[in-house]
Amino acid sequence: MTTNTPIAAKEERQERLDRGIKVRTEGLYALTSWREMSYLLAPRALLIFGLLFLPLLMDPYWQRVVCVAAVYALLALSFDFLAEYVGLVCLGGAFFIGCGGYISGLLNHHLGWSPFITIPIATIAGAMVSTLILLPCLRLRGVYFAIVSFMFPMLTVNIIVALNVFGGTEGISALATLPNIWFDQYIVIAVLIIALFVMRRLVNEDIGLIFRSIKDNDQAVRASGISITLYKIKAVFIAALMGCFGGAYMSHQYGWVGISLFAMDFSILPIAATVMGGGGTLVGPVLGALLLTPLSEALRGFGQLRVVLYCLILMGFIVYKPEGMMNYLQRKYHQFEHWRKV
Amino acid sequence: MSMGEEALIRVQNLSKSFGGVKATNDVSFEIKRGEILGVIGPNGSGKTTLVNLITGFVKPDAGNVYFGNKKITGLDPAKIADLGIVRTFQIVRPYHSLPAYKNLIVPLNSPRIKRTKGGKSGDRDAVAIDILEEIGFERDAFVPYKIASTLPLGYLKRLELARCLALKPEVILCDEVFSGLSASEIMSMVPVIERLQMEGITILMIEHRLRELFRLVNRVVVLTFGEKLMEGTPEEVVSNQKVREAYLGVETEELEEEEEEEEEEEC
Repeated sequence: MTTNTPIAAKEERQERLDRGIKVRTEGLYALTSWREMSYLLAPRALLIFGLLFLPLLMDPYWQRVVCVAAVYALLALSFDFLAEYVGLVCLGGAFFIGCGGYISGLLNHHLGWSPFITIPIATIAGAMVSTLILLPCLRLRGVYFAIVSFMFPMLTVNIIVALNVFGGTEGISALATLPNIWFDQYIVIAVLIIALFVMRRLVNEDIGLIFRSIKDNDQAVRASGISITLYKIKAVFIAALMGCFGGAYMSHQYGWVGISLFAMDFSILPIAATVMGGGGTLVGPVLGALLLTPLSEALRGFGQLRVVLYCLILMGFIVYKPEGMMNYLQRKYHQFEHWRKV
Repeated sequence: MSMGEEALIRVQNLSKSFGGVKATNDVSFEIKRGEILGVIGPNGSGKTTLVNLITGFVKPDAGNVYFGNKKITGLDPAKIADLGIVRTFQIVRPYHSLPAYKNLIVPLNSPRIKRTKGGKSGDRDAVAIDILEEIGFERDAFVPYKIASTLPLGYLKRLELARCLALKPEVILCDEVFSGLSASEIMSMVPVIERLQMEGITILMIEHRLRELFRLVNRVVVLTFGEKLMEGTPEEVVSNQKVREAYLGVETEELEEEEEEEEEEEC
């Protein structure tokens, strides 16, 4: 009767089993041997050592790319955190970069402070400024917050150009640079690894649970006597820290700050990286950024067609693999899969 | 059942319109300390709006709400919850990506709880699981550890109540905690609510399941078209003719008779 249906026609079916050590409850593992420990440790170690050895494998040109890719990875991490764990889709990545960059640049240019002082100060001060400016919009949700946060970088660029402050269109050049290319790379890679580690811990701590609750249902959080604005401020500050560090770092890596720090790329690429890497995994967007940035660098010859490439990748993943790379890989990694005769 | 005559919450001449619809029109009543007050009324009679107005989720056009002697009209919902007036939502609002017991971490981290604990955190997970067990989550079946989105409605309604309890409230406003539950689930919820009252919590219950409600409540307020029709004991409410007409519906024969009478009068 049903001979034409594919299920009946198949003589084999694919059987998927969760690996024994992964208990049904998410994130709870029962470890009983080194083999099982290494099963969990190996992917993490691969990522950390992979990142640490990355600079050694590159020629000087590509070492520069590593630095930029790591900054994009930080931005993607911050985007993923805000979007998937707090429910704020923030397209203001360029604003974080710009704030950090200009504060660091101005401190170095006018006061002559060394990058080792300006970068930490710019990271914190920049995050404070970004949070303060986004504060009035924090009660917005979903697409409205996205639109407003997307406008801020453009707004700031136009203010800088129109008023001709902070060097205007020329920017501020001849800033102090970091000691050498190795230091350049390892400082940003170290910050990236630490940020990833901290964020993964944070989302499972109490404060992280409150962030996630705000995403799931902000009205219920208010009904529990907690001010959601206060926690959104904390979340934006944490996310802005990562972006502003990236900006401050880049200003000293290039020895120059200018309006291109507010470029749309910094807002858009993290989204592509998050969609590609897998939203909500934190590590996925980082990997996504580390793949997309070199790819776009390799295609530099095509000029503006690079943006077309972003869009194609974005479209491809949204349509064919909306869960993203990392969610897919994690699932496959945690399951045995084999064919069974029926 | 011991309870004082002291009014814990006073609602005075509360009004709220949405466009041209008067959702709440000049409603006044009191919730006495320690009682269970039922609020009933047909669909669209303004019951949920009343809860929204008391808890600050909707700002009233006119009128006031007092908690003890403190005016709480139009305060932020978080501030009102912080004072100890908490609510459940008619349409459950779990944090669906978190395990059931982690849903209680939010209220357990609220300023209200942190104040009473003197800033010490303690073992919040254990406290959360104790509260869930008290409200009817079987500990042995690992129900508290399941992700909220996988739980059936009965547990989600309990989770709503548990989240209120975690705040150590003085008043709970229950917005239809029985709706959508089977008869046996309701029977297991009734003692839970009775126990809350014995622990000294004042409760306002909105409910459509009148039989179960009338067993629980001390007094009933009846709303219709946003206005208070009457208040009284369950017996008084059931025997009141106006309530029967508005809420329980009148017999069609009676209606026809009335219409005939009216027509005769007009003639």
